[in-house]
Amino acid sequence: MSNKSVFFNPFSKNNPVIVQILGICSVLAVTVKLEPAIVMGLSVIAVLAFSNVIISLIRNTIPTNIRIIVQLVVVAGLVVIVSQLLEAYAYDVSKQLSVFIGLIITNCILMGRLEAFAMANKPWPSFLDGVGNGIGYAIILIIVGFFRELLGSGTLLGYQVVPDSFYAAGYVNNGLMILPPMALVTVACIIWVHRSFNKDLQEK
Amino acid sequence: MARLRNFLDKIKPNFEPGGKLHAFHSVYDGFETFLYTPRTTSAPAGAVHIHDSIDAKRTMIIVVMALMPCFFFGMYNTGYQHWLATGATEFPFWSLMLYGFLTILPRVLVAYVVGLGIEFAFAQWRKEEIQEGFLVTGILVPMICPAEVPLWMLAVAVAFAVVFAKEVFGGTGYNVMNVALVTRAFLFFAYPAQMSGDKVYVAGSTPFGFGTPVPDGFSGATPLGQIATQAGPDITLTGIDGSIIDTWQAFLGLIPGSFGETSTLCILIGAAILLTSGIASWRIILSVIAGGLFMGWIANTFASPLYPASYIPAYDQLLLGGFAFAAVFMATDPVTAARTTTGKYIYGFLIGAIAIVIRTYNNGYPEGAMLAVLLMNCFAPLIDYCVVQANIRRRMKRVTVKP
Repeated sequence: MSNKSVFFNPFSKNNPVIVQILGICSVLAVTVKLEPAIVMGLSVIAVLAFSNVIISLIRNTIPTNIRIIVQLVVVAGLVVIVSQLLEAYAYDVSKQLSVFIGLIITNCILMGRLEAFAMANKPWPSFLDGVGNGIGYAIILIIVGFFRELLGSGTLLGYQVVPDSFYAAGYVNNGLMILPPMALVTVACIIWVHRSFNKDLQEK
Repeated sequence: MARLRNFLDKIKPNFEPGGKLHAFHSVYDGFETFLYTPRTTSAPAGAVHIHDSIDAKRTMIIVVMALMPCFFFGMYNTGYQHWLATGATEFPFWSLMLYGFLTILPRVLVAYVVGLGIEFAFAQWRKEEIQEGFLVTGILVPMICPAEVPLWMLAVAVAFAVVFAKEVFGGTGYNVMNVALVTRAFLFFAYPAQMSGDKVYVAGSTPFGFGTPVPDGFSGATPLGQIATQAGPDITLTGIDGSIIDTWQAFLGLIPGSFGETSTLCILIGAAILLTSGIASWRIILSVIAGGLFMGWIANTFASPLYPASYIPAYDQLLLGGFAFAAVFMATDPVTAARTTTGKYIYGFLIGAIAIVIRTYNNGYPEGAMLAVLLMNCFAPLIDYCVVQANIRRRMKRVTVKP
């Protein structure tokens, strides 16, 4: 696989969320508003890229039977750094994301990429793979967050988008969009659209 | 009628293969089989299969007819509650009916146009025949909502339910959950302000300039809504004009509530139609009532001030809110209910019991019938699986030869 396809495949054809169906829990949890979704996406990109590089660097020295533990330690260390940075520079957002930054450790996408890619590839492709998968995850998060905030709260990034005249005419924000089930339905819609454009991904 | 038949026959060649409107043949098929019994049967001529005259469309028409008593009563009651709210002392029958009719007509139209439109579109897109599964749903949806639910909300909810509860699973007959109830659940969770509270269940507007504007400050809370706000063992339920609602009133149904659910009497007439025509399963209806009575009795026996609804006796639980309507028209939906005989008893009993549990022990939800049916819809396949497996195991034991 060329470096280019390593980087660009996770955007669409091999997207971790809508093709591999990984990391769904955080998609449900952090996409009520667009801003936390963006921050979460950036955090996952950072953690995934650097943990991929670190694991790739030490991949030949990790004993096979404790490799999961080693991977977890690396990810946990990076997550703590990201969490501390957020608390220092973006306190409000880190409050909104609460435990979900910490729970990046348990995000299946990370374990999946470390096991499947970083353990078997050199640092530079691993870095590209991490960034690519992180971006693939962030894209979905941002799309879901966009629709949930727009339809659920009538705002985007905290600014009111739906004009007051709509509300005066009887428009009401959709309360179900703020609840987790609609995140699943939104993800399902994205998968639906995506597969109808990519016929080769459709299951028989 | 012969003219209609002739017209259909005349335009038919256009829709057959090679005809210029062949792309729309599913639309034509849908209308033809809706109006007339299909001319083709599954068995070729000369075969000996027994055919009943009933098919899915006839079944649905009977259900719609069984809903008519509730529907007409809903029209009357909508007008009656409106007249009460305006402080009137005379209740002219035809004016009340007309008011109710004008209020509900746009809702019925919107539900049918949106639902059938989506269904027709999907059938065209998938090159399938149209299954008019929406025939019943379209009339059920306005009946289980407040009479004045805003039209655009209804349209959004119907569209959501038809697409995500039915079409994505494969269309009519494949849905896991009752489409009408999904519509209502969507409305309930998405727009709680329009689906609960003490104003929405009494029509206050003047459709097409008919009726009188309702004065501010009246309270039209449903009986279950009132219970949730009361404390202590002495629960008094009052109508809009302050009169006491007793068991008999709750049975007749001249009380605030969703359009079609208030009158247990009319629901019983509908149940009689469904049972004599063999459409609905008496096992399910009976076990829902048994479950409701059982759980209502337990709740009433261990009544506590924390849960005001536990002070109403079990038989009143069955008469208030949407319980009876759900038992007769929702739980018996043949697509989403359990199919095995034993399974039907379990399924129905749990619906009744869970409805009362939600209603009594969750003060946030005054009514639990909708959620109970939806929950058990999801469990129906599991119940059937367990019943079938138990049956298989029992028979296997019987045939095993002991060495």
